[in-house]
Amino acid sequence: MKNLVELIDVSLSYGKTLAVSELVMKVPEGSFAAVVGPSGCGKSSLMKLVTGLTPATSGAVVVDGHEISAPVAIVGMAFQNPNLLPWRTTLENVMLPLEVVRPERHQFRARKQEFRDRAMNLLRIVGLDAFADHYPWQLSGGMQQRASLCRSLIHQPRLLMLDEPFGALDAFTREELWDVLQAIWMQQRFTAILVTHDLREALYLADDVHVMSNRPGRVVRTVGTAEFSRPRGEKTFLEPAFNESVMDLRADIRAQRMPIDVKSSTSGETI
Amino acid sequence: MNKTLEHGGPIFLSIALLLAWELACKAFEIPPFVLPSPSLIVEALNENLYIIWFHSSQTLLTTVVGFAFAVIFGALLGIAVGSSRLAYSSLYPLLVGFNSLPKVAIVPILVVWFGIGSVPAIITAFMLSFFPIAVNVATGLATVEPELRDVLRSLGASQLDIVHKIGIPRSMPYLFASLKISITLAFVGSVISETLASNRGIGTLMTQASANFRIPLVFAGLAVIALMGVVLYVIFALIEKRMTGWATRGATFGIGG
Repeated sequence: MKNLVELIDVSLSYGKTLAVSELVMKVPEGSFAAVVGPSGCGKSSLMKLVTGLTPATSGAVVVDGHEISAPVAIVGMAFQNPNLLPWRTTLENVMLPLEVVRPERHQFRARKQEFRDRAMNLLRIVGLDAFADHYPWQLSGGMQQRASLCRSLIHQPRLLMLDEPFGALDAFTREELWDVLQAIWMQQRFTAILVTHDLREALYLADDVHVMSNRPGRVVRTVGTAEFSRPRGEKTFLEPAFNESVMDLRADIRAQRMPIDVKSSTSGETI
Repeated sequence: MNKTLEHGGPIFLSIALLLAWELACKAFEIPPFVLPSPSLIVEALNENLYIIWFHSSQTLLTTVVGFAFAVIFGALLGIAVGSSRLAYSSLYPLLVGFNSLPKVAIVPILVVWFGIGSVPAIITAFMLSFFPIAVNVATGLATVEPELRDVLRSLGASQLDIVHKIGIPRSMPYLFASLKISITLAFVGSVISETLASNRGIGTLMTQASANFRIPLVFAGLAVIALMGVVLYVIFALIEKRMTGWATRGATFGIGG
């Protein structure tokens, strides 16, 4: 299958700090990739690189066969913070991208009913159709995140970028939303890149899990999850192979830790 | 019970203060030309009803006109400063510098330019009241969440789209908060200008009255200004409540956990 996203020796620096260095990564079209790594390894920089929001310092970011230097319009994004607009209802929030993205923005008035139906359909999938006319502050955190997910998918993007979308949710809601996301993905088969620090989440949702190194970040290992059949569910968590993979990844991340240097701190020296 | 107390609070407190004032004037036998008692002020108000109306209508007019210009200009300036880094860095120092000028000192210049009358009062009201509006609107626009900005930018939104879809609605509560401050400042501006150079307006009335030692009339003028300020404040508070209820949802409750 052809790669929708390909990062070739990409480096990114903010001033003197190198956030990402010599990063190589391939995401085939229609697949689900996850990126895990220690805190501050440049996972969010990766998001900005792939969406074209931040140009790479060196190397090439290839999306859909073209090297990109500006935002690509085929992307949907969702973050840890749902970022819904408080003055809009859930439905109006979900429809926001259609008012902005081309060519839909020019057809918004003419095709309003069709767009509305599309939004309602997405809300139905995530179980929010009864709350379409509620305001974000009337929704719980999990419901807001579902709405945010709908907003990122409403313009039918070919690439979905998720930056720890479930990070702020409680464990039950999080696992529920994994299944919601998996169901949408299996139905629509867009390409997805999920940045997360939850190893079970990465293995549960993704086809390939990329492990990043400490800053400056690069991919040190890629783990395939083809052995866990889809749709994944309660059974997957019980598979010994699944839990072994979790332990393996954990070991990888632990290996990235900075050595703990006790001596320098006890002698009272500051660096 | 709590509700009536909350609504009646301002009225009870005002009455209590007026009573204390009245009693203090009586008890310490303060002469009226030093501090007139509330009853004397009401009397002065009653006796000079037409004169006070003649002057206060002028003050109200110049204040509202100056304030209207301040809202339009301040909001536009705020949008420019809040949405463009270039406009921010180049305009902000100028704005702060201008706002530091004592407006009292500018009034004589305005009189030289425009003559005595409504125009200097309108301009002074405008100068005093546009700054909080501009700063507040700019703050609302400048504090748009970077992630939300990213969401829209990744969809190909221009800076104008972001300002239009997010920035302006988001800055509405800031705008209304500033309107409540600015309307009272506009009154101060009008009255300053009238006090210095005008032949009509509450400021003029008070200068003339104090020159003639009619201190109760001066206080009557002050009371009218305060009253007009409160009325306009309440009007804007009501509009705010209607327009930006989402920002001050207060007692409404959420669904789910």
